Amino acid sequence: MASLDDLKKRISSVKSTQKITKAMKMVAAAKLRRAQESAEKGRPYSEKMNNIILNLSNGISDIENAPKLLSGTGEDKVHLCVVMTSDRGLCGGFNTNIIKKAKIFFQKILDEGKTLKIITVGSKGYDQLKRVYGDNIIERISFKDSKNVNYFDADKVGKIVIEKFEKKEFDVCTIFYNQFKNVITQIPQEQQIIPLNTSEKAENSSEDNYEFEPEEDEILSNLLPKNISTQIFKAMLENSASEQGSRMSAMDNATRNAGEMVDKLTIEYNRSRQAAITKELIEIISGAESL
Amino acid sequence: MSEEYSLEIVNPEKSFLSRDDVTEVVVPAYEGEIGILKDHISIISFLKPGIIKIFSKSGEDSYYVNDGIIEFKNNNLSILTSLILDLKDIDKEKLIEIKKSAEEELSKSEISDQEKYLLDQRIEVLKSIN
Repeated sequence: MASLDDLKKRISSVKSTQKITKAMKMVAAAKLRRAQESAEKGRPYSEKMNNIILNLSNGISDIENAPKLLSGTGEDKVHLCVVMTSDRGLCGGFNTNIIKKAKIFFQKILDEGKTLKIITVGSKGYDQLKRVYGDNIIERISFKDSKNVNYFDADKVGKIVIEKFEKKEFDVCTIFYNQFKNVITQIPQEQQIIPLNTSEKAENSSEDNYEFEPEEDEILSNLLPKNISTQIFKAMLENSASEQGSRMSAMDNATRNAGEMVDKLTIEYNRSRQAAITKELIEIISGAESL
Repeated sequence: MSEEYSLEIVNPEKSFLSRDDVTEVVVPAYEGEIGILKDHISIISFLKPGIIKIFSKSGEDSYYVNDGIIEFKNNNLSILTSLILDLKDIDKEKLIEIKKSAEEELSKSEISDQEKYLLDQRIEVLKSIN
């Protein structure tokens, strides 16, 4: 049995850990509110963008000559996967869930004999993937220095992706991120962004004949790169809300567990203290009796 | 008959502006300025750096945009832009910052003619504001 002193030390150490997790939970809760707000505010932009593109692509008559970003290269030999994770740990299963989803996808691609290239956004994803897929990682990006998710960061990632596409380094691009549902639930998502999935019909898509200025092709070829950045930005927003949510519930659990542990240790401490007192009393009494 | 229609401006961070009492909007489209009145034909176009002017009964507002896409349909005008600034309470420092970054990019050698044109345009418009 641990000595009284040891128990005392353990209790105080668990208590201070609890203080830290509690503080982290509060911080995460405050950040979550902000992240959630910006995720919601960001939605109209990406939805509108999507709608315009769907309207446009429905209007395109000549599929053969459509921009490559829309129709793809016609092959799917090389897959590029953009895995978005957080830069910080202590957020429960947040990163692991994305990685798990991504790994299943990677395996499928490799099994089919295709080439796999990976870009990691956020340092945690790189840490978890480098051991198995280290050779496949062609780029690692981290936005540790940016305080909030902003469009320019997303644009940077988007530009890298597009640059690589124009150099014909890959055929299909998929992004992985966590979609924020609520504080407890985040759903890992895979979303193909190149070529664009246009099978879903545009909302209120009508037989409207748009007037285009400049020509459709030019608009599309300008719009599609922007859409890539927008989709990535959306993913980043969802991701940051998910990260904070996940961290909040993880830290909530940790705080509760620490509380339980303190209770248990306190009982043990009281018992052994009582035992020591009883032992001392017995020694005194039996000493007195023997006189 | 009212001559008003609704306008929504969104940037990636949020819905920047939403109102339904505009009578005319003048946007700096790629091939020249377009003024849009009620019952305009459906149109999709691009913006180059410039000034958006919004007219309504209550007056006129102007905004600076870096780029953007407009869609007009069923008397709804949507403007998507990555950067928009209200000219009424403009931040001088921010303007200078944007101009500087544009000039920096312009000094790079490997930009295309189109980019160069857009950057030139941006600098010119920013100069005109100051």
